[in-house]
Amino acid sequence: MMLDSLYQEIILDHYKHPHGRGLRDPYDGEAHHVNPTCGDEITVRVAADFSDISYDGLGCSISQASASVLHELLVGRTSAEIAGIHEAFVELMQGRGQGEPDEDVLGDAVAFAGVARFPARVKCALLPWMAFKDAAARAGVDVGASPEVKA
Amino acid sequence: MTFDVARVRADFPILSREINGHPLVYLDSANTSQKPRQVLDAMRVHNERHNGNVSRSVHTLGTEATSAYEEARAKIAAFINAGTPDEIVFTKNSTEALNLIAHSAGQMLALKPGDEIVISEMEHHSNIVPWQLLCERTGATLRWFGITDDGRLDESGIADLINERTRLVSVVHMSNTLGTINDVSGIIARAHDVGALVALDCSQSVPHLPVDVRGLGADFIAFTGHKMLGPTGIGVLWGRFDLLAKMPPFLGGGSMIETVTMGGTTYAAPPARFEAGTPPIAEAIGLGAAVDYLTGLGMAEIHQHEQDITAYALKTLIDVPGVRIFGPTTPEGRGGTVSFAVDGVHPHDVGQILDALGVEVRVGHHCAKPTCARFGVPAMTRASFYLYTTTDEIDALAQGLDQVKKVFG
Repeated sequence: MMLDSLYQEIILDHYKHPHGRGLRDPYDGEAHHVNPTCGDEITVRVAADFSDISYDGLGCSISQASASVLHELLVGRTSAEIAGIHEAFVELMQGRGQGEPDEDVLGDAVAFAGVARFPARVKCALLPWMAFKDAAARAGVDVGASPEVKA
Repeated sequence: MTFDVARVRADFPILSREINGHPLVYLDSANTSQKPRQVLDAMRVHNERHNGNVSRSVHTLGTEATSAYEEARAKIAAFINAGTPDEIVFTKNSTEALNLIAHSAGQMLALKPGDEIVISEMEHHSNIVPWQLLCERTGATLRWFGITDDGRLDESGIADLINERTRLVSVVHMSNTLGTINDVSGIIARAHDVGALVALDCSQSVPHLPVDVRGLGADFIAFTGHKMLGPTGIGVLWGRFDLLAKMPPFLGGGSMIETVTMGGTTYAAPPARFEAGTPPIAEAIGLGAAVDYLTGLGMAEIHQHEQDITAYALKTLIDVPGVRIFGPTTPEGRGGTVSFAVDGVHPHDVGQILDALGVEVRVGHHCAKPTCARFGVPAMTRASFYLYTTTDEIDALAQGLDQVKKVFG
């Protein structure tokens, strides 16, 4: 079933057992993003040194698992590393399933390669990443230019 | 005579399609309905043989197009028992019809601070936002009916809510999320007692049950073609002629004028006054053909079929562990639109897995965020039925839900 590529075990695992979920203090920047077509919501908080990224949200397995993966991948990294990972993830999601993801850079996020084949769900996967980027900007940290979200 | 659903289905080419290797199970008619061959043919024949612009040409094609367009208006008038075809204004959709009422009736009423407009928490965004905009423009106050726990309009505070300050009440006839069919007689009587006008959003009722505007007693109703076997791009505003005649135009342009000078313009009588510009001609003709199709089967018979399907669906869904239905759980006073939650699974994931099995349902907030908020959820899964829905399709939905629980169990 084509669904297997969407609902990979890794994604379902992160959905059922999210890493780092819950909003925490202290933080330097916060952003709340909404997907207006489906009503999914997420709030992301970022400490300027990336020692913590916390989040809370309401949404489908894809958006919630994506937030969990983001937390796992980005906490404790430098802003340059984060910019690279962020760019690789956005590129993967906009690749319509054609790209070959680099597991060394993306870790568990490679599981989202299948999501790129479902255009209606790409926005779900990107929601936490876009909220994160805004929260980082509000914390005064630039994590690199992010391409337009096309899907 | 029993309703022959197999014969009905044979008229809908799309229903023989496969989706992801499974027979299509289309349970999203509250979103948009499918079209029978008769509607598709009427539109094709118009475009192939009779295409011309309406209401302005002396040539044969223009005359044929005009008669077909006006015939469609007359068919729709008869379908809802309007007093005259001149009470039928073609719009783009229900949203445009409701915006037209808010704009033109709002201006006729010369609303000011202190005046009140009443809607409900059960509305589609298209029957909320135009009134919010109107209140912002005029300083009038927006008030609303709440929803009871079992998904009905809460009329307990009606005497306070609809009062001498109320100028217009606009409520939904059948909810697009809860499926509730509102008995609007008490609301209409109270509104008229205090001198307020009443508009009804009939987007979900006109396609599914017999609606008689003269019996209903409202002043305006709005509905849309694509939810009643017709094409997209065509909707209807029905209004009492004496009111339409007093209302100022909505959009200005060609076809809506009596005479134009550089110094000013006088306006055509309704319905032309409200139909600026070239209308969606083939779409209106398609909607006329849809009305013929529905009338041929009988709206009472269609409604009965949907009541039977709804009873079967409610019973089936209640038996699925972990499923919670929003809105009335018995077929009385409700139509064939059933929204539900699957415990622990987000509606998007429910919809995605059902789609993999060929079952097409709507997921999300259904453009009724306040209704979702009333039941404490950001989104719902909705299955909606029509004249072509079968009990086998309800069974396919239930089997799909078992699969959903397997993936997310």
